[in-house]
Amino acid sequence: MTDPTFYGLCGAVVVGTGIYGFVLHTHILRRLLSFNVIGSGIFLMLGAAGSLGPDTAADPVAQALIITGIVVALSATALGLALLVAYARASGSPRLPEDANDDP
Amino acid sequence: MTLVLATIVGLPFAAAMLAVIFGRYGGPLAAAAVAGVAVATAALIVIVAEGQPVTIDVAGWPAPLGITLEADGLACGFLAMATLVMSGVVAQGRAYFYNTGPERRATWAFWPLALLLWAAINAIFLSRDLFNLYVGLELMTLCAVALVAIEGKAETLAAALRYMLVALIGSLLYLLGVVLLYSAHGVLDIGLIAARVTAPTDILAAALMTAGLAAKMALFPFHAWLPPAHSGAPAPASAMLSALVPKAAFVILMRLWLEAVPDLSAASLLALFGTLGTAAILHGGVMALRQNRLKLVIAYSTVSQIGYLLLVFPLAGGASAAQPGAADAWKGVVFHALSHGLAKAAMFLCAGLWMASVGHDRLEGLRGQARATPITAFAFGLAAIALIGLPPSGGFTAKYLMLTSALASGQLIWAVVLLLGGLLTAAYLYRPLAMIFAKADAAPVAVSRSQQAVPLLLAGTAILLGIASSGPFELFQIGSPWADIEGLE
Amino acid sequence: MMALAETGFDLVLCAMIATTALLAIGVRDQFGAVVLFVVYSVFLGLGWLRLGALDIALAEVALGAGLTGLLLFGAHARLPASVPVPSGRAVWPAACAAGGSGLALGWAFLTLPEPVGLQEAVAANLGTSGVENPVTAVLLNFRSWDTLIESIVLLAALIGVWSVARDDAWGGQPGLRQHARHGGVLANFGRLLPPIGFMIGVYLFWAGSSKPGGAFQAGTVLAAVALVVFMGGAMRPPLVTARWLRLVCVAGPAVFLAVGLTGAASGVFLGLRPDLAKPLILAIEAVLTFSIAASLALSVIGPPEDPEDHV
Repeated sequence: MTDPTFYGLCGAVVVGTGIYGFVLHTHILRRLLSFNVIGSGIFLMLGAAGSLGPDTAADPVAQALIITGIVVALSATALGLALLVAYARASGSPRLPEDANDDP
Repeated sequence: MTLVLATIVGLPFAAAMLAVIFGRYGGPLAAAAVAGVAVATAALIVIVAEGQPVTIDVAGWPAPLGITLEADGLACGFLAMATLVMSGVVAQGRAYFYNTGPERRATWAFWPLALLLWAAINAIFLSRDLFNLYVGLELMTLCAVALVAIEGKAETLAAALRYMLVALIGSLLYLLGVVLLYSAHGVLDIGLIAARVTAPTDILAAALMTAGLAAKMALFPFHAWLPPAHSGAPAPASAMLSALVPKAAFVILMRLWLEAVPDLSAASLLALFGTLGTAAILHGGVMALRQNRLKLVIAYSTVSQIGYLLLVFPLAGGASAAQPGAADAWKGVVFHALSHGLAKAAMFLCAGLWMASVGHDRLEGLRGQARATPITAFAFGLAAIALIGLPPSGGFTAKYLMLTSALASGQLIWAVVLLLGGLLTAAYLYRPLAMIFAKADAAPVAVSRSQQAVPLLLAGTAILLGIASSGPFELFQIGSPWADIEGLE
Repeated sequence: MMALAETGFDLVLCAMIATTALLAIGVRDQFGAVVLFVVYSVFLGLGWLRLGALDIALAEVALGAGLTGLLLFGAHARLPASVPVPSGRAVWPAACAAGGSGLALGWAFLTLPEPVGLQEAVAANLGTSGVENPVTAVLLNFRSWDTLIESIVLLAALIGVWSVARDDAWGGQPGLRQHARHGGVLANFGRLLPPIGFMIGVYLFWAGSSKPGGAFQAGTVLAAVALVVFMGGAMRPPLVTARWLRLVCVAGPAVFLAVGLTGAASGVFLGLRPDLAKPLILAIEAVLTFSIAASLALSVIGPPEDPEDHV
């Protein structure tokens, strides 16, 4: 029997890792990637908590929330990357102006 | 009743979908949606004003399995405000995003985005389910970001990306809080959360959700993204972004602390909210004083005005720190949010008209606009009265109620903040007003009279909210945590 | 003995998930980061299998690894080459924020009270929901309001993606012109894969009512098919102004909303009468699958970029 606790704690670690990336990076693609990592870590925590119960089947409501969340995160990523590509084309930089001094 | 609520959220969605397909008819479709939702909202207010909130279980499944929508007095007020703002947005938007000849990018994209934004906000005002609120917030955010970027210039794209990065982190923090609450209690409905047995993780969950919502509503110190985003968007979009978007996040924040987890609010926490609000009022006000472009003045004013909303928390208190003036604080902050929404939308629409006639929004260029566009200048003046909180505007009613509440609970410090904020607002609005009403000859303008009158509708309603305040006053009480308490008026 | 082996497997898998996440964040090379993100998502999909959540595993691999990966690769290719630079920001504040939040969340997870999920409520009402897969019952019936808004979020994202097109490219075909080498791998893929992918997509949609799968997973597979077709050069994407294309994107949410409003007219917003629930859910899912597929594929292809495509 799988112990969901491992996965819940793994989710917490993944969220922390994603926050690290989001704070550290200035390149917007890397920040959007970090956003996805944080999101999936949160879902892992929710899913692990949802299958902690006495019966073995995972909580279907939690599963549905996670699927909804994955779709929403994908939509946000698509829009963010499209904005980034358009912005980089207009400005020549993949970083916000206030972070641009990090450009080589 | 079910049909009324379904219309309020469903009609903007339906109009948006049609506007995607029939790109050239976005404006008329939006106008039809506004008319339909206006009728439905009026009907809803009549029903709710009888004394009970309207509640429906979506798909027929009651919480915790299903999602509940509830129209209380507060939701009615915000829905009505949103409909009014949208009518102004549609009226001016048809001049901005009017399609002649082949379909163009911005004129196509604006209408579905504006309609979806509105639908998402209506859904947020009505929803009682914390995860459903998350989905609504995300829809709202994506549309708002795309609207900020719609001009397609490097600066506006940067503003949109900056906004999006903050908003995405805000979403994740909010979601994390929801996940912790659901994992601990197995419910998502606000009413069922309120009835839970408190778990040790709840305070972390509430803190995360609060931080997320604060980022979304540009609360100091998460406000840096707002001025470039709101001033870079076209005026009709700015009107929506400043009047509606922060209010949606605020309504969730208010429902969270005053309805879902009032048991968690300790005095120190409430004081922290008040302090952040004060910092926003002062910082936004001082920054607004230092701007030389009208749209930036208005945008920094939003940063400042959002601060007032936060004062509701120390004034109302929570379960452990309930204050004698709580009912008045609740109603006062709703008055403030509605009055600010209407006045701020009116101001952005005025700025849009002047940008169309002068070609820019630098303050010195607005000299003498009162002569060239008297109706618009009058509307701007009325909006300023409401924003400063002078009688007889809705802003005055708001300040009066919040002051009464502060005095009733002996929290003089917040009364001082309220008065100081009013002075600051008057100070930063003085310069644009002085320019606009200066005796100077401005070039005649090419803006039609009917277009000039659009902001007047909104600014006039902001004033009317104060003149006829007794009806809304009764309404906002319905379904509030203080529904049984008589007001102090 | 068996239990020990399983625990060991879980520990190794969790370690792999955390490590690939860290590498995807920390590696200097941007392309490498995207590759590692895809690897991370696949490991995560395995994790979902271990947690008994097959529906999520499918969604994670298809959407998280597949389409998000494609989106990231596409953006990477279109961005100006950026020499990997160490971030100008200090590492320590970021590390502290990360460590603090990780610890707080780990504490929270271990402190959670006895779980009270909604398994029983779902099981008790599954009979009248119209479907046998409990996750589909939640998505399409119990919490259909979430799912309706979610399908509109996809549409909103597509509108947003298109709204950053170049003004002079509007009216053209979405995306950059693809130049797949004739007879190359992608071109052959473009001919071979679509029929197989299409069958998988239809199966996932059909299975969704009783077994894991459903509109979002099926739509993703169909979107992948469409992408292979367009990227392999077997077909060119339709014009962004094509009315039928927009109709396909809108139809799913529109049918969903129409069912909801019809229900509202008879008293229950989004209400599905138990005797009609199954056909209604199947109808909504069928249309939704195609709309999701179209919106996802077009979001990945991106806005029109070639001004000379103007027709």
